[in-house]
Amino acid sequence: MTSATTPAPTRGGASGRPALSHRLAERGVDRTLLLLLPGVVFLIALFIYPFAYGLGLSFQPLPAHHSTDPLYNYKQFFHDPYQRNTIWITLKIGLPAALINVLASIPIAYRLRGKVRGKRLLTTALVIPITLGTVLTATGMIEYFSGTGWLNRILMAVHLTDVDHPVPLLHNYWGVMLSLIISGFPFAFLLTLSYLSGIDPSLESAAAVLGAGWFKRFRHITFPLLAPGLAMTFCLNFVLAFSVFPSAVLLGDGEGKTHVISIAAYDAAYQEYDYSKASTIAMIMAAVMLIVISLVLTGRAQLYRGSSGGKG
Amino acid sequence: MTQRFDHLRLERVTRRFGDKVVLDALELHIAGGEFVALLGPSGCGKSTALNCLAGLLPLSGGGIWLDDKRIDTLPPERRGFGMVFQNYALFPHMSVRRNVGFGLRMRGVGRAEIRRRVDEALRLVQLSPYADRLPGQLSGGQQQRVAIARAVVIEPPLVLMDEPLSNLDAALRLEMRTEIRRLHQSLGLTTVYVTHDQEEALSLADRLVVLREGVMQQVGTPEELYREPANAYVAGFMGYRNLLPMSLTQSGDGFVTANGYGIELRGTARGTLRQGPVTVAVRPEDFVVGEPPAEETNRIEVGVEVIEYHGRELAVQARLPEGQALLLRTSTRVSRGETIPVWVPRDRVLVFGTAQDSTTDSTSAEASPAPVPRAGEPRGDEAEREHEVTSS
Repeated sequence: MTSATTPAPTRGGASGRPALSHRLAERGVDRTLLLLLPGVVFLIALFIYPFAYGLGLSFQPLPAHHSTDPLYNYKQFFHDPYQRNTIWITLKIGLPAALINVLASIPIAYRLRGKVRGKRLLTTALVIPITLGTVLTATGMIEYFSGTGWLNRILMAVHLTDVDHPVPLLHNYWGVMLSLIISGFPFAFLLTLSYLSGIDPSLESAAAVLGAGWFKRFRHITFPLLAPGLAMTFCLNFVLAFSVFPSAVLLGDGEGKTHVISIAAYDAAYQEYDYSKASTIAMIMAAVMLIVISLVLTGRAQLYRGSSGGKG
Repeated sequence: MTQRFDHLRLERVTRRFGDKVVLDALELHIAGGEFVALLGPSGCGKSTALNCLAGLLPLSGGGIWLDDKRIDTLPPERRGFGMVFQNYALFPHMSVRRNVGFGLRMRGVGRAEIRRRVDEALRLVQLSPYADRLPGQLSGGQQQRVAIARAVVIEPPLVLMDEPLSNLDAALRLEMRTEIRRLHQSLGLTTVYVTHDQEEALSLADRLVVLREGVMQQVGTPEELYREPANAYVAGFMGYRNLLPMSLTQSGDGFVTANGYGIELRGTARGTLRQGPVTVAVRPEDFVVGEPPAEETNRIEVGVEVIEYHGRELAVQARLPEGQALLLRTSTRVSRGETIPVWVPRDRVLVFGTAQDSTTDSTSAEASPAPVPRAGEPRGDEAEREHEVTSS
């Protein structure tokens, strides 16, 4: 035991040196630190290790390719237009979907920010799509939007279209987009609503008394205070949309127009059994997401992000 | 520049939340340039009245007229008033300069003109060095001054202030009070000021309006209310901290006699009183410790319970032999547990009828900010003092 050689930390108080536990607490080390443990273990086991493993794998091309170049897979990906294009295809779906979701959630959340009758009902109705899951949503959409689905039948009944030209909303770009809006919008709405209710309502009252009509109030007061939250909502929505897989498979275009990057990774892993290539695609996917998010967050850093006076 | 007006009239202004009447037919005429304070405890409807004036709450009945123009149908942004909020409501993302200039920008005033007037307003509230800071970087008092500058820079016909000093500490509150008075005198802006602090209201306002549960109790100059409160409720707000429910036993020659708690007090009748329950109101500072001169009969004996040292004076909580607590202020040295004789001049005792508002006696005392004595606490020397009272 070392207790004989080192002075007992608790005795330090008498000699003017605070006890070890106090000195540690001063630096933020105390028993509550143990609360972090499950989270840290979880993070390492389920995120950091697999990520590092995948990253390593992506630099080790399969022996079948007869290449020792660690960047072989990356070069191949950017060399092949079909592969390369998956980035643009995914961005073309993900960016507008996230933008539409954020923009659509603003007016609804703005209207519902205070105490409004029926708010709970409407919120519940909007949240249901999240709980259903993408596959169920996709199945429902196939029923509803298909050539013989309700929507087209209604449109035919009112002679907006005819049997030979049903409105094509499935197995194309719009099918995937619609699915992303249905599943992503409630998420954006809930986030926006919580950001909005964090803004002190007396700020708008003050602006109103000072002569600002509703639009000026929104433009000068609410929107600038909400913007950082909207940027965050956009990022989260974009990440969800960018990694779209089930709806792209179920509702997408069979000929490659909605061949998104996650499908490319899936194909590499489970059609070609080239895990190394699949890892490469996954890494590229992560890099693209990071680039977009850091662009948005850089823009966000220019905004006012302090207290907005409300209940936070 | 200021759009002056002669008269602001509130005619039977009523506001209901569901079934609850928060403001009941408030009738008030305010002359241009006047400083009017709405006084009452929380929930009395004073903030509701202010929000109705500002246009932030629609009326449930009645109307508001600015000279010949009806304004209660206008949205807040078209009334052109200035308002200072309790929590200041400064725009956190705008610099002090932009906060103060906001109202002018909304009015489409030119850039140079805005700059000139904002600079002037900031000089007025002594915040010129802070023009480019964000509100979050300012202290509470500074934020309050920004809020005031923002409200007065548009030179509004009417400035509304909703308990603007309640979030400040005591010293700053006094300082800002003087500041507000000074601003009002130098700019001559008509002001409606809401507060629950009678001292603030008395020191600032030209006229006071006392509200209780949405009903106006009395309107008048601070002096009128201080000297002649209309009822026990108003008296409670005007420093009559001792409100004793007693019963009237004798009326006549301007003075009446009330009995209760084993004591008898002669006082001035407010209104015509019938025999029966009354409320007797006495200010703590009107009690005199010692034996009264021969012509005064209001002599009582009290046991000293709690003494607070206030410098020149002591605030004493004492108790009548029959258990009723009394508050008094005195510069005479007294000590705890002592039984002392006190008296009060009969023209300083007000006697109110309780017919029109029977709940006045205790509730208004509780509404006043200072601690209210609790009745019926166990005391060891009760029998002894009772004996003394009966023998004297």
